[in-house]
Amino acid sequence: MAKRILTALIGAAVMGIGAHGASASTLGDVKAKGFLQCGVNSGLAGFAAPDAQGNWAGFDVDYCKAIAAAIFGDVTKVKYTPTSAKDRFPALQSGEVDVLARNTTWTINRDTALGFNFRPVNYYDGQGFMVRKSLNVKSALELSGAAVCVQTGTTTELNLADYFKTNNLQYNPVVFEKLDEVNAAYDAGRCDVYTTDQSGLYATRLILSAPDDHMVLPEIISKEPLGPAVRQGDDQWFDIVSWVHYALINAEDFGITQANVEEMKKSQNPDIQRFLGVEADTKIGTDLGLENDWAVKVIKGVGNYGEVFERNIGAGSPLKIERGLNALWSKGGIQYAPPVR
Amino acid sequence: MTVDVTIPPGKNRQTSSFLNDPKVRGYLYQAITILVLAIAVIWITQNTIENLKRANIASGYGFLSGRAGFDVGQSLIAYTSDSTYGRALVVGFFNTLLVAVTGIFTATIIGFIVGIGRLSKNWLIAKLSMVYVEVFRNIPPLLVIFFWYSGVLAVLPLPRDSLALPLDMYVNNRGLAFPRPVFDNGAQFTFYAFVLAVIASIAFVRYANKKQMETGKRPPVLWVVLGMVIGLPLLTFLVTGMPISFDVPIAGKFNLTGGSVVGPEFLSLFLALSFYTAAFIAEIVRAGIRGVSHGQSEAAHALGIRPGLTTRLVVVPQAMRIIIPPLTSQYLNLTKNSSLAIAVGYADLVAVGGTILNQTGQSVEVVSIWLVVYLTLSLSTSLFMNWFNAKMALVER
Repeated sequence: MAKRILTALIGAAVMGIGAHGASASTLGDVKAKGFLQCGVNSGLAGFAAPDAQGNWAGFDVDYCKAIAAAIFGDVTKVKYTPTSAKDRFPALQSGEVDVLARNTTWTINRDTALGFNFRPVNYYDGQGFMVRKSLNVKSALELSGAAVCVQTGTTTELNLADYFKTNNLQYNPVVFEKLDEVNAAYDAGRCDVYTTDQSGLYATRLILSAPDDHMVLPEIISKEPLGPAVRQGDDQWFDIVSWVHYALINAEDFGITQANVEEMKKSQNPDIQRFLGVEADTKIGTDLGLENDWAVKVIKGVGNYGEVFERNIGAGSPLKIERGLNALWSKGGIQYAPPVR
Repeated sequence: MTVDVTIPPGKNRQTSSFLNDPKVRGYLYQAITILVLAIAVIWITQNTIENLKRANIASGYGFLSGRAGFDVGQSLIAYTSDSTYGRALVVGFFNTLLVAVTGIFTATIIGFIVGIGRLSKNWLIAKLSMVYVEVFRNIPPLLVIFFWYSGVLAVLPLPRDSLALPLDMYVNNRGLAFPRPVFDNGAQFTFYAFVLAVIASIAFVRYANKKQMETGKRPPVLWVVLGMVIGLPLLTFLVTGMPISFDVPIAGKFNLTGGSVVGPEFLSLFLALSFYTAAFIAEIVRAGIRGVSHGQSEAAHALGIRPGLTTRLVVVPQAMRIIIPPLTSQYLNLTKNSSLAIAVGYADLVAVGGTILNQTGQSVEVVSIWLVVYLTLSLSTSLFMNWFNAKMALVER
């Protein structure tokens, strides 16, 4: 163990070297090495998980692919770094990953003290609780005295403490570092309650040994705006990551899909022409450091936001999560993108 | 040059290569090593500071007084989510200490039994001990922890179907629940009586030793000591009107409520570390006993000393001199291996520190605290064992 600690210390020192090299221009670095290094969850169904062939797939993975498509026009030019909740931040700080697309909650602490930048929220989530139906619990307020399984290094862990304290409830936290350890402990009956973001609860429920024996309680106890994070100090890279998300939203707004994007290039709508980079003398991409047709490449690569959502976590997936808050602003949700102008 | 003076005139040409002087060369190599080391340390430090600044990460230990905000499953001292990060680290430290001390205690006992067992003339005992050592010595400690956690403790029944043990104790997959003593007014006298009995016992043992030296007869030490240590507190307890009651665990809505609970996280770690380290201690004990010249026990037999007494009074004291130094290493290993706690979610120093590191981003500071604490723990253990070793060493007259 002493050796592990020593390695960690040297790692902590050496991590600076990486950050040093990467801080000049992340876009330049990514282009030079020829692929995007993307930090993802080590395995959360629907968001980021390797399939049977070992190919990564999921909502967050599609964001990695979309960024790679914007830069290289090729969704395969991504290398994935699976990270636990705990080691995701050092991975980004050290420059081991170029972007962290790992259902990470945007908080003021992470935005400032930890040295990251967040802007677009690609999934509006909230923390919930899952229990066994056999316990006959109908509300989170009945959970006093329960053992609660939770993953360490998450906002979940902190919200949990606050919620039980505010409501004067007792609980016994059972804390693990890795998601699969939390899942296994809950499945084995080590705890009565499983808590994480609601999207995560639905994803986890599917992989339990008897999904139908468990239910998600109605309470949502926190705001969890999830989105991609980058290091502070590289505005160009921050802009690229942000605008890839806005492109996905705008594409859905315009009705541009993976299937019809080539056709849409012929559209007479000046907004769409500008967005897809077919306007004469446009600098819509070069100002970002990309090609002018970057949005076309993104949409060709992964489709629009709605398609990404439905394919991975929505109706087209086993998770069947409703769009809810994540519907477009024009359809009752709060997903909204600035104009491309 | 002073060197020239010492060299005979005939070998004047060699003065240029004073590097050939082994003494000079020795100093030179040491100087170069120190220089390289110093440069490396300075470079790493400066690089770290510079890069922390670049990443806008504050440094220093100020964060320790911030509110932790998270709860810890098991704590020996009062702790809530309102406590500070510093206190959370202390909680983790005590948890590490708890598992290390109890682990060392149990590992030593199991190790001595198995080690002596391997030397037994009884075929079954010797072979069983051998199998034990070979099994546990050849499995990584992490797997032993998982074996206890997932293989043994996780398959215990759910809280609603807890296994009842004698004395109102219960076992389920949430751990071991046992009655917690509640001390009412007057309970302190029972405690005082116990302390008094222990002091009296020590005095009596000394008296018994002295008496044995003088007359060759030994008073019945065991019975007197047992009588005092158990009888005196019991008597006080009854006289003061039984001021100690027990909070017995009973079935609650989710778990057993009341009593004290030792979670499966602690149990699996404690059992794994004890069993794993005991295998090594057994081999050390066996080596120590084998290291005592056979003539010693033969001489004891020749004097008519019984085999049990021979082991206790002749062989083991001499073996201890061989055993203690490697035993120290095993104690240090056990303490350091306790950081594997993170695999089963036991809130030890590393687990709690990791959470803090993650929340505050103060990786360098937290890692430095880990280093200092483990170093201090290890050095203290070494110091104590060195003292013990010196005490046990052959006293030459």
